[in-house]
Order: sequence, then C-alpha cells, then structure tokens
Amino acid sequence: MKVYFYTRFERFWHWVQAFLIIGMLVTGFEIHGTYNWLGFDKAMQWHNCFAASWGILYVFILFWIAVTGEWKQYIPKLKNVSSMIIYYSFGIFTGMEHPAHKTPEAKHNPLQRLIYVSLLSILLPFQIGTGILYYIYNDWAALGLETTLSLKWISVLHTLGAFSLLAFVIVHMYMTTTGPTVFTYLKGMLTGYEDEPAKK
Amino acid sequence: MQNAYEEHKSKFGKGALTFNNFCIAIGSNEPKCTTCHAGYGWKDKSFDFTSEENVDCLVCHDSTGLYEKADGTGGMPMFEKTDKDGVKTPVDFKTIVANVAKPKIANCASCHFMGGGGDAVKHGDLDSSLLNASRSLDVHLSKEGANFTCQRCHTTENHQIAGRSYSTPAFEERTTLIENDMASRITCESCHTATPHKTGHKANDHTDKVACQTCHIPAFAREKATEMYWDWSQAGKLKDGKPYSVKNEFGTNSYASLKGSFDWQKNVIPEYHWYSGSMDYLLLTDKVEDTSKPVEITKIIGNANDPKARIMPFKAHRGKQPFDPVNKTFVAPHLYGKDDTAYWKNFDWQKAIKAGQEYMGLPYSDEYTFVETVYYYPITHMVAPKDNTVACASCHSQDSLLKNIDGVWIPGRDSEGFIDTFGWILVFGSLAGVLLHACLRIMTRNKRK
Repeated sequence: MKVYFYTRFERFWHWVQAFLIIGMLVTGFEIHGTYNWLGFDKAMQWHNCFAASWGILYVFILFWIAVTGEWKQYIPKLKNVSSMIIYYSFGIFTGMEHPAHKTPEAKHNPLQRLIYVSLLSILLPFQIGTGILYYIYNDWAALGLETTLSLKWISVLHTLGAFSLLAFVIVHMYMTTTGPTVFTYLKGMLTGYEDEPAKK
Repeated sequence: MQNAYEEHKSKFGKGALTFNNFCIAIGSNEPKCTTCHAGYGWKDKSFDFTSEENVDCLVCHDSTGLYEKADGTGGMPMFEKTDKDGVKTPVDFKTIVANVAKPKIANCASCHFMGGGGDAVKHGDLDSSLLNASRSLDVHLSKEGANFTCQRCHTTENHQIAGRSYSTPAFEERTTLIENDMASRITCESCHTATPHKTGHKANDHTDKVACQTCHIPAFAREKATEMYWDWSQAGKLKDGKPYSVKNEFGTNSYASLKGSFDWQKNVIPEYHWYSGSMDYLLLTDKVEDTSKPVEITKIIGNANDPKARIMPFKAHRGKQPFDPVNKTFVAPHLYGKDDTAYWKNFDWQKAIKAGQEYMGLPYSDEYTFVETVYYYPITHMVAPKDNTVACASCHSQDSLLKNIDGVWIPGRDSEGFIDTFGWILVFGSLAGVLLHACLRIMTRNKRK
C-alpha cells in the first residue's frame, strides 16, 4: 500500500539541509585542519555561505513545522523507546515485526522522535549559536563579550558539535537501509511515497 | 645636534655599549665603521658629536652620485678617485655642491643597503636590488609601482627621520592620514588605514593581531641573497700564510679569513614574533649566564596580551662570536687598524679582544670562547604585489608558519587534543557500529525468510 508521508516542502528542506550539513562538514573539517583540499580561504568562504543559507532554511523549517502542525510528530514518546532499542538490537535480526506502525500522522518512531527533537532543538541551535559567535569574533570587543568568551572554546565547542553531526549523519544514512527493502526509506524521502505493509 | 649627542651618551648610543653579531662593535674600529655609522672624521673617542661641522651633509644630499666616502678615514669623503690605471682625478665638489637636493633612494642606499660591510649583509629586506626595483619586488619603491623615495614613509622633520625602532617604538599611535592630516607616515596603516581591504574581506579582521608585513612580504631577499649566519670562530685560516676568501653560488663570500664562514640565503621565509614596536638590547656589560642556546642580542618585545602588539616578520641573523666565559660578557674585539693588535692584521683573537676591551674601558679575563647568538631585524620593506601575498593556509594549517606564536587561537593550526580524540572515537565508533549491524543483518538474512 502506497502511503504519502513526505510533502514537497518537507522533502525539499530535508535534502537541502542534508546537502548544506554535509557541505559544512566537509569545509568545516578543512578549516579545522584535518585535511587540505579547497584551501583554507575557499573552505571558509563556502562554509560561511552554506551556514548563511542554512540559517535561512532553518527559519523556514521551524515555521513549516509550527504552522503545519508537524511539531506533534516531534513530541518525544518515551513509552516505546525501549521496545525500539530491543527491536534494533535483536528483533531486526530475527525477523521481529517493527514495533512502531508508521502512519502520516505518526511517521516517526519513538526513537526517531527523540533523536530528531534533540537535533532540531539542541544540536542545531548549538551549532548555530557557536557558529555565529565564531563568525562575529572580531566584534566581541565592541559587544563587550571578549572577557566572557574565549575563541578557543567557541571553536572547540563548534567542532564538538560537528563531530556529533557527523556521527548522526553516518547512523542516519545507515538507518535508511533498515526498511522493508534497503531503499524503501530513501525512495520515500525522494518521492514522498512509501510502501507500507498493511497492519496485520 | 643636541639630540644625537644625548643619544650617544645614553647606553643605546651606537658608539657605546651595544654590539651585534656582524662586525660586533664600533669601539676601537671607528675609522672603518664610521663610514656609515654617522661620523665625519669620527676616528676615535675624541670625536665631538656636538659640533655641526661634524655632520656630513653631502652623503644624504648629493644628487650627482659623485660624492663618495673614503675607506678607513672615519667617514671623511674621497677627495680624489683613482681609476684602474692608477690615474688620479680630483672629485668635482663644485658640481656636487651645485646640485644638492632632497635625498634619493641611492643616498640612503649607500649606507642602509650596505650595512655589515657589504650589499645585502644586514637587513635582508634592504639591498641594492631596490635601487631599480621591479614592481614584484617592492610595490612602493618600484618605478612601475608607487615610485616612492624613502622619505615618503620615513617622514622627516628638521632632519629627524621617522622609523627608528630600537628602544622606543617607531610609532606609538596607529593614526592614519585619513584621521589626521599631520600624522607621520611610518606605518603601513598611516596611509592604508587599519581596514585596507575590500569591505567584508576577512583580512580586515586580521589587522588587530597581524602586521601587514606578515602577509604582504612572503619572503625577504627575493632577488639578492642575504647573509644569514656569520661564524667568527672560523676566521683566521690562512693559505700560504695569507688570508683568502671563497665565493658561493651568489658571488658572495662563504668564507673569508678576516671574518669567518658565512651562510647566504635567497628568498628567505621570515621568522614570526609578537612585536609591539621596540627591541631590548644586550650590552657589552650585561652578564649572560646561559649560553647553551643562541643568546638573543636583540630581544623582540611584545606578547599576545599587548593590544599594540602584532605578529611581525623578522630576519633572524645567527652566528658565533667571541665571549668572555669568566666575566660572562660578550667582548668587542679590535678588528681594524694598522697596529699589531688589530685582528685583521694579525689574526690573534687574544690580542684583539684585549685591545678592544681596553679601549672600551671594559674588563677582560684573558679567556675567550665562541658563543652562538641571534640578532633580529624587523622585515618591513620588499612589499609584494597583492596577488603574491601569503596564502591563508600558510598559517591556518597544522604546518603553520606561525608555529611558535602563542597566546592566540589560530583556526586550522590549533585544536584541543581530547575533543578531537573523543570526536573521532564518536565518528568511527558510529561507523563501526553501523557496519557491524549491517554485517549481522546480512548474516541473519536467511533465518528471517
């Protein structure tokens, strides 16, 4: 049964955000000194460009989530988290049925809710905040921030956020393969439609 | 002349207790050194700095190029010139005097490009290649560039010339001509302001910590090699009882019996240090306890916490020179002269040091050794065109040019070790976790069907 899960704008913001986050990871780790590819100045220009674009997008995402009522999808439901953990740790290997039934009204399983709400409300604002402070470093003195902030720790915290995002991207990409077929979820995020087995 | 006299009297006066690791010290060697070290008949201690008649006007104001100093006369002019065939012609002072003018680069060059006894020895950013500089060598002095004279930046006022940077900074306030018409022009910022780049360009954000020179002078001695290492301990070797010299690929001395061995380098990447505009000087009377590492004869003053300090490029001239290990002081050998104590006559350090110290009124224990030293020169000339600046990644990378710069966080160079360790464990742990999970899924695939 084909079910329409992801509207056009949702797919748009997801993929643009994915592109921008990966772009910021690639350029950010070059700025961090991990490798030398684009050159520090180019890496920094692209990083700032991606960051500004994403900042704008993020406002639209929050607006969309708020006005469409999609925010309900992000309310953590702790009740079934343990069964999700059991499913991914054991059940997935033994052919256990997925404990959360996916509907357009509740398309995130309890684990997803927890992860996505943390991402949207903690990690992303954290990266935005440390990123903006990093960016306006030269105005710290004028803003009276130079005694309270240290460039080192802003930089270190921003890097820590980047490591967390990179870890998220790795796990998130892997999790897309855990559907009924390896590409079910990926196809769903591309077309909006997913083949959802009817509930037994 | 009151100023020069006062300065001479103070310990920083050039004839007094300062020294370097080139020709070491002026005292007892006056007739030779004072060709440039501002003398006009300064042959010995009796020279009168208060007399205006002892000021050489023509060395700065001759525009004919006919005026020259005679060697070994304490800075007196050459009165007649001898050509290859030994024919002597008197110098035409009438023409010289009739053509006095404001100084040209060549006037300043006769001393400032030739310091340390020859072209390109001392500074590294001042040598004869600047007399006809291409724009790629120096955007300011080049005729295709700004076509400046030296005093376009070294503002003069009643013969006081801006730019000295020894005990007092060359400038105290970073004012620009944009803010104040009467500002002197000795800094880059005087004309270019503190935000000289395009609005929004990140380089404008660097000017509070990084001197313009650091990015805009990617290397010094770009056309002529400069002398980087002078080892006096090798001096005195003779061939058939006679002094000799050996040339290197640059046509300069890699060895000279009179002076020791040399290392010359071209296109030298500077050393970088925090610099607030002044230097501390070691004196011949200062006791030096630790000679295990090169002793800093000039000590660069500045640190990251001084809001006036910038990261600045330097030429570090290193060498080995005589030292009194008992008195723990550096010594001033008597090098030049016709007497039997002069080193360049007799190659006897013991006699030369004894005579030099005695002349200066300084003690000597009769023991000497050679000690490694370093002498710093700020690099500020030879500003390259803007498409030839130091790339961002030259400093913002693990292999940063600013390796030894502390007190400032440089993105790309700096990281906090444990955060990186934790971060990579997180990333590779996640990767390993999902790979393991994937393997298990593949292995259990048949069971599920």
